[in-house]
Amino acid sequence: MPEVVVENVHKSFGALEVLKGVSLTVGRGEVFALIGRSGSGKSTLLRCMNGLEKINSGRIEIAGHALGEDAKALRKLRTDVGIVFQSYNLFPHLTVGENIMLAPRIVKDVEKTKAREVAREVLQLVGLSEKFDSYPDQLSGGQQQRVAIARSLAMRPKVMLFDEVTSALDPELTEEVLMVMEQLARDGMTMILVTHEMGFARRVATQTIFMHKGKIWEQGPSAALFANPQTAELRQFVKSDVK
Amino acid sequence: MTLKTFGADQIGFLLLSLQWTILLTVIALIGGGLLGFAVALARTSQLKPVRIAAASYIQIIQGIPVLMILFLSYYGLSLAGFELPPLFAAGASMTIYASGYLAEIWRGCIQAVPKQQWEASESLAMTRLQQYRYVILPQAMRISLPPTVGFAVQVVKNTSITSIIGFVELARAGQLINNATFQPFRVFLAVAALYFVVCYPLSQLSRLLERRLHAGSSR
Repeated sequence: MPEVVVENVHKSFGALEVLKGVSLTVGRGEVFALIGRSGSGKSTLLRCMNGLEKINSGRIEIAGHALGEDAKALRKLRTDVGIVFQSYNLFPHLTVGENIMLAPRIVKDVEKTKAREVAREVLQLVGLSEKFDSYPDQLSGGQQQRVAIARSLAMRPKVMLFDEVTSALDPELTEEVLMVMEQLARDGMTMILVTHEMGFARRVATQTIFMHKGKIWEQGPSAALFANPQTAELRQFVKSDVK
Repeated sequence: MTLKTFGADQIGFLLLSLQWTILLTVIALIGGGLLGFAVALARTSQLKPVRIAAASYIQIIQGIPVLMILFLSYYGLSLAGFELPPLFAAGASMTIYASGYLAEIWRGCIQAVPKQQWEASESLAMTRLQQYRYVILPQAMRISLPPTVGFAVQVVKNTSITSIIGFVELARAGQLINNATFQPFRVFLAVAALYFVVCYPLSQLSRLLERRLHAGSSR
């Protein structure tokens, strides 16, 4: 049963059309990597999936929710769809624990002791149990990003979206974040990630999608796609990636 | 009739009037704060007509002298049949004046919170009200402390304008004493010193808060 269905989605910013009829289907427990040059529309596609960007036409269904105009329905969708950003976006005035407990407490009305329990559990999952009472600015970038992942997980999402989550990190810190994501994938989370980490995409993603000029240019099982690119654009793109 | 001279009695009178200056400042900051907060929220609303209405309010208040607001609330309303005591007219006009400026200061502070904070909280399924309450306003409040305290200094000094409608605050008290003693230099030096004694600590506090903020801890 598909967890994410994107059907013929078009999206423009003013006169610039960034998505020109994109369709894809992600099954439960699958990991999709979106790769491509900047400006190819991959981040926009991801942001459309949880309604951060409004689509002009087409249809998106995710975690059993149809994306629409209604604000209440959109919030319902968002309780089931987590997103992690390149710039972490932790709430700087709250401790790590408070960052994680906030949404479950106020959005899902989870009781305080229960929320604390969940927070401890997801923090342990990302390997930061001892940081419960720290403030975000006391953490490294990699640690902040892992907290951001934990914060999303505390909502018990069915689908996780990752928008270039390691692009702001140096290699060492990148590794610790990727390890957390790999663990999540192994635990069966449905994931869609926009990434520049080709090695990671090849190793962890079940499918990789190469986007070019607002379209899905090429798609296939990751190993095959990287080993045997069909289009000149993907060949060029893979070659230019030194890793 | 002999002229009085500037002495202990007069200083006592000035100190008494200083209390009215402070009371007026407090009224302006509380009233203007409440009204200004509402206008600042309206100014950052998602509804365009609400935004425009709030922006117009701010433009109008900032675009006319406080004196005109004062005259309008004192003479204007009394012409309309409302007989207002000077404290009421003074308090009302200082409130309106402060609201226009605080709204604009606080709008800036709300908009200074990075838009990623909106996106992150929105993505966690918070309502707009929850975003304001738990994520945006706590951060905006921190940013707003130095300019707000700085503005309070302006309010303290600008309350002197209410002397024109006969409200006896510090500046008016100075005029009255000068009329009786005709020692303007002494009298107004004392008045100025009293304003300074109130404003200087506030200015320093504002600067201290600003330094703290720039020192970078994000709490």
